[in-house]
Amino acid sequence: MEKDTSIIVNGIGKRYKIGAFQERQDTLRDLIVNQASKVGNWFKGGAPARRYENIWALRDVSFEVKQGQALGIIGRNGAGKSTLLKILSRVTDPTEGYGELRGRVGSLLEVGTGFHPELTGRENIFLNGAILGMQKKEIAARFDEIVAFSEVDKFIDTPVKRYSSGMYLRLAFAVAAHLEPEILVVDEVLAVGDADFQRKCLGKMGDVANSGRTVLFVSHNMSAILRLTQESIVLDKGKVLMRAPSAEAVDFYLNRGLSKMGERFWEEDEIPANSSPFKPLAIRIVDKSGQVSDSVRSVDPITIEIEYELSEDITGLRVGYYLFTTRGEAVFTSFDTDSEELFREYAYRPQGRYTSRCVIPAFTLNEGRFVLGINASSYRIKRYFQDDQALSFSVDASGAPGTHWPEPRPGAVRPRLDWTIEERGKA
Amino acid sequence: MAEAKAVANAQVVTLKPAKGWLGIDLKELWHYRELIYFLTWRDIKVRYKQAALGITWAILQPVLTTAITSIVFGYLLKVDSGNLPYPVFTLAALLPWHLFQLSLQKSSISLVGNANLITKIYFPRVIIPLSSVLAVLVDFGISVILLFVAMAIYKIPLTLNVLWLLPLTLLTVIAALAVGLWLSALNVQYRDVQQIVPFLLQIWMYATPIVYPITIIPEGTIRYIYSLNPMVGVVQGFRWALFGGAPPDMTLLVSAVAVIVLLVSGLFFFRRMEKTFADVV
Repeated sequence: MEKDTSIIVNGIGKRYKIGAFQERQDTLRDLIVNQASKVGNWFKGGAPARRYENIWALRDVSFEVKQGQALGIIGRNGAGKSTLLKILSRVTDPTEGYGELRGRVGSLLEVGTGFHPELTGRENIFLNGAILGMQKKEIAARFDEIVAFSEVDKFIDTPVKRYSSGMYLRLAFAVAAHLEPEILVVDEVLAVGDADFQRKCLGKMGDVANSGRTVLFVSHNMSAILRLTQESIVLDKGKVLMRAPSAEAVDFYLNRGLSKMGERFWEEDEIPANSSPFKPLAIRIVDKSGQVSDSVRSVDPITIEIEYELSEDITGLRVGYYLFTTRGEAVFTSFDTDSEELFREYAYRPQGRYTSRCVIPAFTLNEGRFVLGINASSYRIKRYFQDDQALSFSVDASGAPGTHWPEPRPGAVRPRLDWTIEERGKA
Repeated sequence: MAEAKAVANAQVVTLKPAKGWLGIDLKELWHYRELIYFLTWRDIKVRYKQAALGITWAILQPVLTTAITSIVFGYLLKVDSGNLPYPVFTLAALLPWHLFQLSLQKSSISLVGNANLITKIYFPRVIIPLSSVLAVLVDFGISVILLFVAMAIYKIPLTLNVLWLLPLTLLTVIAALAVGLWLSALNVQYRDVQQIVPFLLQIWMYATPIVYPITIIPEGTIRYIYSLNPMVGVVQGFRWALFGGAPPDMTLLVSAVAVIVLLVSGLFFFRRMEKTFADVV
């Protein structure tokens, strides 16, 4: 391994057996029954039946990271990102392949691992630091810095179970951020915390990358990927599809419809009996090119489709959605019969299948993750169905107004507004 | 650039599929000694939090068990405790037994209880059952004081033999760890272990001369088979170190050998299962 190489991964693969131990033999009884039937088969002369399927969560993944480089890892849910990070942080062994890491790997896989609710902030800093691989004297030396960064100094001797979730998270991130490993693995931590804190975290990670350490950064936040990494790899179905400068990789990812999901179907048992005659079928986010997508761009129009079935005729029905940020702030509410015209036309809806479609114009939403809640009701008569967390999706702001300044902007919307600047002569 | 140089000189870690039976890596364990300390400290700290009586439970438990066994076996069934008052006779055996019992209870569920660590962070997994056994030692230390108080009340003198309690305690801890390694690793895969442990401990307690003297077990081969239970040697040793009488004979040796066999096999089994913990737990 070359001196300036930080990570080498060569043909790494990870296979999970589905249905062997995970499902069928979780209790001794199952094991005994299965073994007994295997023996039975063997006596009958047949080979024991294979009762499981092999799933390759990762296959033939190879790449190299130079020391001091920040590499982004992009891929939709289930693409193998978490498995790759788990192998790199040595939580699980690869099934095949070989890899080498130079130095301590610090992982921010879900910060706060090992925090104990009964212990105080001070106690948890030491405990968590030890779990993350810090020596006691290292923790003691950085203690004040950690407390200052977390902004919970007043409550440092209070059990963390009394903390608000924001305080808890800040403390957890502060410990992890001061670990200063040679290789830092970051997974989605930026999805949490308020805008101020997110900015602070990004700053801290930038510092880590600039201090000659290697950063692996996994995120759904394309702007953050672009801001923090020079190069990225795109993972899909456990394989590396491409490795390119981040701008190119992000474009590839967003335009190839790799960012699936973005669609939700309701199963029979998820629908309360009293919602009849209204029956929700699906809700989905559709991007500019007509693809269902979990990640859409702020500069394109975004279409929201709600599909449903009416088993009887309904009068005065309105179907619509609430849009929230992931922090639960309402952005706006909209119903399909908001316009006078449609309100009159669809005052009475006969039984059948419907799709209500709404277009959020381009240049409306800011970057971030949003949650859609749906509501179907007749005003002042009956609420048929409501699901406040029907679907979530991400908005990517690259190209939106003001993105030439690489800073996160507070606020859920990012409208393109008309500004004029008038020069009024010399002062 | 001093920092970059330090990075370049950092240790290289290899990633590759784990194969076959692995021994235990003592060097690595030593490297993680502070984690052992902190996890033990956490278990001690958390155990009696929000319990009104707090650490007093470490004394109340042996007191209550001694009272119950003294009434049932000493007073009602009139079990022969030699020339010793029955409560002291049984308490001297209950102390190492409680240490063993509690260690086994805690360690057998320890891996599952720390699943959030196992699935996120790398460290030698053996640290988890190890630290849960070590944490129980604090309770044991407190209850030993209780025993000395009881002996003073019954006017039983202490001799230098009391120092033998140290190696005997170590043997108990190793026995608990050895069985704990087996059970905790099995529990990751089969949660049935959690259901079995209480029964196992109940049977084990009656297979140990706690409420009755070892003399009721016939001497010779049967006694040796009986001594394969490591707690037989420990309990006999405790009684001898505290009250004198016949010194431990072959029973202690048989018990010690049984412990070593359990520990070595437990370590190998644990290491073998270890690589699947994060995927299965």
